[in-house]
Amino acid sequence: MKDVQRRNFLKTSVGLAAVTIAPGMLLFKVAHGESDDNSKVRWGMLIDTSGCTNGCRECIDACNKENGLSGGLAPTDSQWIRKIEIKDVSTGHEFGLPMMCQHCAEPPCVDVCPTGASFKRHDGIVLVDKHRCIGCRYCMMACPYKARSFVHEPLHNQNPDVPRGKGTVESCTMCVHRVDEGKQPACAEACPNKSILFGNLHDPNSEIAKKIRAVASTQVRADLNLNTGVRYQGI
Amino acid sequence: MSTSFALQHKKNRLYYALLAGAGLVVLLALYAVDLMEEKGHIITGMNNQIVWGMPHVFAIFLIVAASGVLNVASIGSVFGKAIYKARAPLAGLLSIAMLSGGLAVLMLDLGRPERFMLPALDFNITSVFAWNTILYSGMFGLVIAYLWSMFEKRMNVYSKPLGVAVFAWRFILTTGTGLIFAFLTARQAFGSAILPPMFVVMSFAWGMAVFHIVQMVIYAWNDKELEPEILERKKRLLGLFILGSLYMVAVYHMTNLYFAHRMSFERFILLDGGVYPALFWWGYVLIGNVLPLALIFMPGMKTKKSAMMASLAVVLGGFAFLYVFIIGGQAFPLDLFPGYEVSSTFGDGKIGSYTPSIYEILLGFGGLAIAFIITTVSVHVLNFMPHDKSYIAD
Repeated sequence: MKDVQRRNFLKTSVGLAAVTIAPGMLLFKVAHGESDDNSKVRWGMLIDTSGCTNGCRECIDACNKENGLSGGLAPTDSQWIRKIEIKDVSTGHEFGLPMMCQHCAEPPCVDVCPTGASFKRHDGIVLVDKHRCIGCRYCMMACPYKARSFVHEPLHNQNPDVPRGKGTVESCTMCVHRVDEGKQPACAEACPNKSILFGNLHDPNSEIAKKIRAVASTQVRADLNLNTGVRYQGI
Repeated sequence: MSTSFALQHKKNRLYYALLAGAGLVVLLALYAVDLMEEKGHIITGMNNQIVWGMPHVFAIFLIVAASGVLNVASIGSVFGKAIYKARAPLAGLLSIAMLSGGLAVLMLDLGRPERFMLPALDFNITSVFAWNTILYSGMFGLVIAYLWSMFEKRMNVYSKPLGVAVFAWRFILTTGTGLIFAFLTARQAFGSAILPPMFVVMSFAWGMAVFHIVQMVIYAWNDKELEPEILERKKRLLGLFILGSLYMVAVYHMTNLYFAHRMSFERFILLDGGVYPALFWWGYVLIGNVLPLALIFMPGMKTKKSAMMASLAVVLGGFAFLYVFIIGGQAFPLDLFPGYEVSSTFGDGKIGSYTPSIYEILLGFGGLAIAFIITTVSVHVLNFMPHDKSYIAD
């Protein structure tokens, strides 16, 4: 009799444990995008900094226009892409590069987002679901690239392809609406020197994959091991 | 007889006046929230570099203190000390009151406060923020059950196990609060494993200080005298907690100073960062530590007055510390290209500027007012007054 009771108890315990743990494991898998390494597509960019000339803002203007951003430069304005001027303190060498969401394979913003509003698509593009974002700004704290902006004011005349929302966080979408239509992101298309090369990092025959194999490229803050989708040449 | 009646009448009026005052503060806070909802966070001082501001300073102080105040209850129920046991109900009440105030501020500051339930529904298991929603709601439930077990005679048997559960839970909760910052690996100010234990030890000091203040006010209101031996013991315990938290903060800065890549941040926060070093040294170190330690340990200090002043100083110091830690930590720019000088239109390489607006300050005070109202009403209608037997050293 005792044995039966014990067996029943064990069965119930194992069942309960499975029911409790299973959703967690499932969420864990989703959050870490388990199948991504096997995904046939991973969109990325290779930016040749030698072609990024002083004073050129073509990529920024194209991004603002495409995504309906005001282009304002106040600390409360959204800037999805910006130009960083860099100077090597020891040698005096100066150069510039465009900085935006680096579309990490291990994005800290996705890890910290309490609601899963920050998410990574299977093709590697990191996005914010505006309907799930609660505006806590934890992703902005976690992003090593300062790539995210918070919408501080009500918005008007939005681009219907790029919905945004007051009180939510946003960042470069790699022009996902264009990419899904087979087009290039606006910044890549607008660059007068063709210094922003966009393509599929997982396709060995793509131009970007070939170039990344051939030239020395760098990930910004590679020490953080985030495996960024945006790479730079000439840093 | 008539004098005592008149006094009671006066006290009653004062009670309602205090409640009305706190209610007004809550209303003003709600007005600020409504305005933030309508116009957006543009009316606050926060921006894309300083993304967490004054509301977070208030909210985190209240939440950390809410956990720390339970220390009083834990010493009573876990370690069986009688004078603390008598104070466990008041500690539990203060914990719930401060947790409510802190969480209200945190939620109302969200960009989309109406979606506050989403973290519980769309739970992201890798997010420490999401874990905290469970930790906070669990703490509410546990402390309420713990209070029930103390007030209801038939439930008394559960008081000890519930006390132990609360003891464990609040450790995990404050660890969770510290982890919010500890997980931010890319920021020089945060991303350190020492932060969770540092928050735990600081919670002891802040919680104890708040408990002292409330206890002394309640005793004075009821014309009762707290036994000097009890006060002396608790004052000394506060002193130990202050020393402990000061030690943790010192180690946090020392470890940062040891890493060459964090030296510039430490220089900023401790030396040439303007308002931040000033608040750190004058606000946190001097008012929040040196002054209360002197008031507690210097011989010849009058116990009651010095305990009150020391506790108030610890609370002020706590706010100063959090302002420097949270806002100063964000003001220092991210190091995207170590060893290079950078500039951009988005504040790269530049110290972020932040001036808190009246609206976010109102929201913060709203949180304090919520905690005040819950405490005052509960103490008025229920028996939260500590009942001491004649003091016998445990």
